[in-house]
Amino acid sequence: MPGSAAACTVRPEGVAPFARNLETHGLALVRDAALTLQVNVGLLCNLACRHCHLEAGPARTEVMSPDTMRQVKEHARQHAYAAIDVTGGAPELVPGIAGFMEELAPLAGRVMFRTNLLAMAREESRELLEVLAARKVALVASLPSLSASQADSQRGTGALDKSLAMLLRLNRLGFGMEGSGLGLDLVSNPTGAFLPPGQEAAERRFRADLARRHGIAFNRLYVFANVPLGRYRRWLEASGNYAGYMRRLADAFNPCTLDGLMCRTLVSVGWDGQVYDCDFNQAEGLPMGGEARRLSDLDGPPAAGARIAVGDHCYACTAGAGFT
Amino acid sequence: MDTYYDPRDLQQFGDVCKDAPELGKAFFEYYGKIFAEGALSGREKCLIGLAVALAVQCPYCIESFTKQCLEQGSTLEEMTEAAHVVTAIRGGASLVHGMQMRRMAEKLSM
Repeated sequence: MPGSAAACTVRPEGVAPFARNLETHGLALVRDAALTLQVNVGLLCNLACRHCHLEAGPARTEVMSPDTMRQVKEHARQHAYAAIDVTGGAPELVPGIAGFMEELAPLAGRVMFRTNLLAMAREESRELLEVLAARKVALVASLPSLSASQADSQRGTGALDKSLAMLLRLNRLGFGMEGSGLGLDLVSNPTGAFLPPGQEAAERRFRADLARRHGIAFNRLYVFANVPLGRYRRWLEASGNYAGYMRRLADAFNPCTLDGLMCRTLVSVGWDGQVYDCDFNQAEGLPMGGEARRLSDLDGPPAAGARIAVGDHCYACTAGAGFT
Repeated sequence: MDTYYDPRDLQQFGDVCKDAPELGKAFFEYYGKIFAEGALSGREKCLIGLAVALAVQCPYCIESFTKQCLEQGSTLEEMTEAAHVVTAIRGGASLVHGMQMRRMAEKLSM
């Protein structure tokens, strides 16, 4: 079982604790009205990506139980969220996921399903894919790089080719095609200890290269910095990049990102029903507002103005253009 | 000083003109403008910067432009091709001087 890396590394010289950094800038990170319910259905994954903050992988057994799924559906039914975002691990591998998506789909204006593409390419995911298409659930697919050596170094040998093949298959089903109503967004994380490129420029390049070289279309590309937690943090430490990466994030701290941070409008539910301010706090074991609670304990979404739990990993979301 | 090159020099690059601040200010303003988006994208400029860094064999510049190329989304394939462009031009520059050699040799030969 992977352990927390928090205790084994000293904060690099020159990097202030994130909470103190906010104070220094006269800033406070508090919640706004909750708009998105993010549901992490488990840490089981077919891949063991080197940047994974949750240390998901094939050996993990934690998946959401039918009872917790029922609580999530009940909560979503009672409290109208603008969006529901289902993530993992690889959500495709969770027993009962097709039925769960079928029932979640009508409960928000936009419902998203995060996929690493390879899990969706399995024959066992065919029924799920039919449900997602029929219910117009938007797919959010990981595609770190258009370079095979870079993508495969993060995700495993052959990952890029398999991902491209799955993207073509999704296009044939209508995902990412104009006028289909079937959304297909891509997410790119850097394949090392460096920050991502600007989103607009990266989207232009991905769109042009994927169309020209592979005939693949998609709707939007999102680029996000890797968060120094879990397996990624251990790689940073083992490769001697931890201090440099933390300094890079801290140097790129942009106070203007705070208003748009996703944690301000997100309720993140773990596979076991515990609630967090974001998926990264989930990885770090920092409960919502600093107080451990389950979704079933909440009367409703957290109120605007409530405190958000922070840690040094928050520097990843406030670097440059930010993680919104 | 143990070595001529110290990686910390790059972080302290701004101090290099302490005794000529006006010139330093002018240089760094110019430098910043050169790498802003223009007719060439920031990514393209960084690839050119990497190629020149390899050509002038500046370890500071190689570190800086390798990082910048990655952060601009360039792939290792692109960066490696940039290195080969440098290699071709450096090698070609030597080889084309062979024309001088030939002219000289032909003049001196029967």
